[in-house]
Amino acid sequence: MGLVGGELERRLEEILGAFCGKRSELIPILQRIQNEFGYLPEDALVKVSRFIGVPEAHVYGVASFYEQLRLRQLGKNIITICRGTSCYVCGSSKLIDEAKSVLGIDEGETTPDLKWTLETVTCLGMCAHAPCAIVNGKVYGKMTPEKLVSIIRAVEGGRRS
Amino acid sequence: MMHPISGADLKRHRYQGCCQMGSKFKVLICQGTSGLSGGAHIVAEALRKKLHESGLADKCEIKRVGDRGLFRDVLIDIISPDGKRWTYERVSVEDVTEIVESHLVKGEPVKRLLAGDDYRRFFEGQLRWVLRNCGEIDPEDINDYISVGGYEALRKALTEMTPEDVINEVVESGLRGRGGAGFPTGIKWRICRGHEAPARYVICNADEGDPGAFMDRSILEGDPHSVIEGLIIAGYAIGASKGFIYCRAEYPLAIRRLKVALQQAREMGFIGEDILGSGFSFDIALKEGAGAFVCGEETALIASIEGKRGMPRPRPPFPAEKGLWGMPTIINNVETLANVPRIILNGARWFSSVGTDRSKGTKVFALAGKVKNTGLVEVPMGVTLRQLIFGPGGGMARKGYAFKAVQIGGPSGGCLPEELLDTPIDYESLTQVGAIMGSGGLIVLDEGTCMVDAAKFFLSFTSAESCGKCIPCRVGLVRLYEVLDRITKGEGREGDIEFLERMGNAIRETSLCGLGKTALNPVLTTVRYFRDEYEAHIKHGRCPAGVCVPLLRFEVDEGKCVKCGRCARVCPVGAIAWQRGSFPVINKDACIKCRACIIECPDHAIN
Repeated sequence: MGLVGGELERRLEEILGAFCGKRSELIPILQRIQNEFGYLPEDALVKVSRFIGVPEAHVYGVASFYEQLRLRQLGKNIITICRGTSCYVCGSSKLIDEAKSVLGIDEGETTPDLKWTLETVTCLGMCAHAPCAIVNGKVYGKMTPEKLVSIIRAVEGGRRS
Repeated sequence: MMHPISGADLKRHRYQGCCQMGSKFKVLICQGTSGLSGGAHIVAEALRKKLHESGLADKCEIKRVGDRGLFRDVLIDIISPDGKRWTYERVSVEDVTEIVESHLVKGEPVKRLLAGDDYRRFFEGQLRWVLRNCGEIDPEDINDYISVGGYEALRKALTEMTPEDVINEVVESGLRGRGGAGFPTGIKWRICRGHEAPARYVICNADEGDPGAFMDRSILEGDPHSVIEGLIIAGYAIGASKGFIYCRAEYPLAIRRLKVALQQAREMGFIGEDILGSGFSFDIALKEGAGAFVCGEETALIASIEGKRGMPRPRPPFPAEKGLWGMPTIINNVETLANVPRIILNGARWFSSVGTDRSKGTKVFALAGKVKNTGLVEVPMGVTLRQLIFGPGGGMARKGYAFKAVQIGGPSGGCLPEELLDTPIDYESLTQVGAIMGSGGLIVLDEGTCMVDAAKFFLSFTSAESCGKCIPCRVGLVRLYEVLDRITKGEGREGDIEFLERMGNAIRETSLCGLGKTALNPVLTTVRYFRDEYEAHIKHGRCPAGVCVPLLRFEVDEGKCVKCGRCARVCPVGAIAWQRGSFPVINKDACIKCRACIIECPDHAIN
């Protein structure tokens, strides 16, 4: 599942080709790399630091600061549960506990078989439909632990992508 | 493919747009994030198919519009050629056939699906200036925006007004920043323009990070051009040639609609060289946030655009003097900019005719929490909290659960009790009672909420989002959280409340930026207005709201119990024994402390 050196190089070259190497491009570059690979491979960070001309520590500092940027591989399926104010008040903790229990992982973790990643965020901006969750890009409102479990089973059974 | 447009063409375009609709039925389908998550695009497709099958495709025009603010997905409006309008709510794919056959073919509206009284009541009492186009125009069609007067303000500003005229108009209007701080917008522009520099920049802050706030998202998804037009006018006013829209990554639909809108605006010549032949050139770049609440703070946002960690820096100098890349920079909130075109078109006096003495115009609020109608509400400044919550809000959501507090201003705001419900919503009145206007998030809390737990919740958020640069925030917020955590676990100590007050005030006075400075507000306001609840936890080991599990005994209070048996029915592990006519008995060994019984009980009889 790891990226072979040559393959990584080639795809990175393509991505960096669209940029000039200015410092202000750092975050957009990292976002593009993450869109491509699903996370930020360490070798990619090194290459970006050379491209922009800043120390690797600077690139790592930026990559580790922002929640959206991931330094580890994600699972095939991603669950994002909102723990914002409105969702919290409407019971999101129960939802999160259920997800942790069913998947056997903690928030921010990925299952060892790389099938599922569980994330929590504060505020998807869907406060009127609390509690909310996103499963593989699809937004669900008024979620319950039961609904979440049935969605997980459906995805595993191949009935939803 | 669109072509650059001239000022004269703009008028003609608008006239043509209005005329075209004369002979057809218009079907509007609300497709913002909420509508889409409710399947609006699937309903739209089914409708398109059905109209085609029924041979009505050329008599009806289906239009995608943004979400309107009340989320009864899927929401559909049918407007007849003579202008009559029917609104259908909670439409599913299965209902499409009936709507087409009954309403469009036979002319009989489908009564069971028509929006009811509380839909109407929600919009009554609102003054929708900023939201006027949301749910009415297609956000992905610039021609629709133009047909309702879009970019006319830009034309007027660029061809009939000087930059100083524009600034004067905005100053006179009394418009204040809608992102939370409430600084007079025109004054900020004037200060920025006053600084000589090789370049100036204007930034739209679309990093709406407050949990509970979705005003900016709705405006960007439903009427992105109003923000773009405001941004270009701001650029003209301060003498900038480049603008940025910094939008948070968690808003993919808003980003998509912005990209489409920017491209169309560019093709029409509203962005680029020599706009509308005025000699003014302006370009806009879209930057996506990367998931940091602190980047809503202006200097952190600037750092982020520069490619650095989003860490604020000390002020002075303020961004208006030294901002992006050291140049004079204006950062304005989405809602602030969305107000600008109409101020230019209708004039300062029109805008300032509404509102209070020092807070002019309207404010968009995201009403959420334990209230019947959650959604977007736009009201004149000066309306009271009570009028908002019990008017458009429709009152409390749960029977038997009375109003307890309203949290206004997000995690930077305060929790206000029932005694303060008649506080008018304006910048000064709210500051006086310890809250802030904030960006517009308004969360209603009922008796089922523990205020200590709520304060702890907000602290867990702000302490996690701290950038880490200054000690008061990085360390102080964690210390506060630890104390609140102890209290909710039943380990509160004498002196804890005084510590929260002392530490809270210290952090407020010494933090580097607004995040630290305002993270205290939930703690200080709950201590101020709900001290008895803190004392119940600390001195009596009780959680009156029935939330803090370590303090709950899970026993039935026979003085309050009406023997309805509902608790026994919802218990997921069958730990409650109940027979008709007798009090329920909770088996503490089997109880998993999920609190389902407490939440279900209509008489608050379990603790």
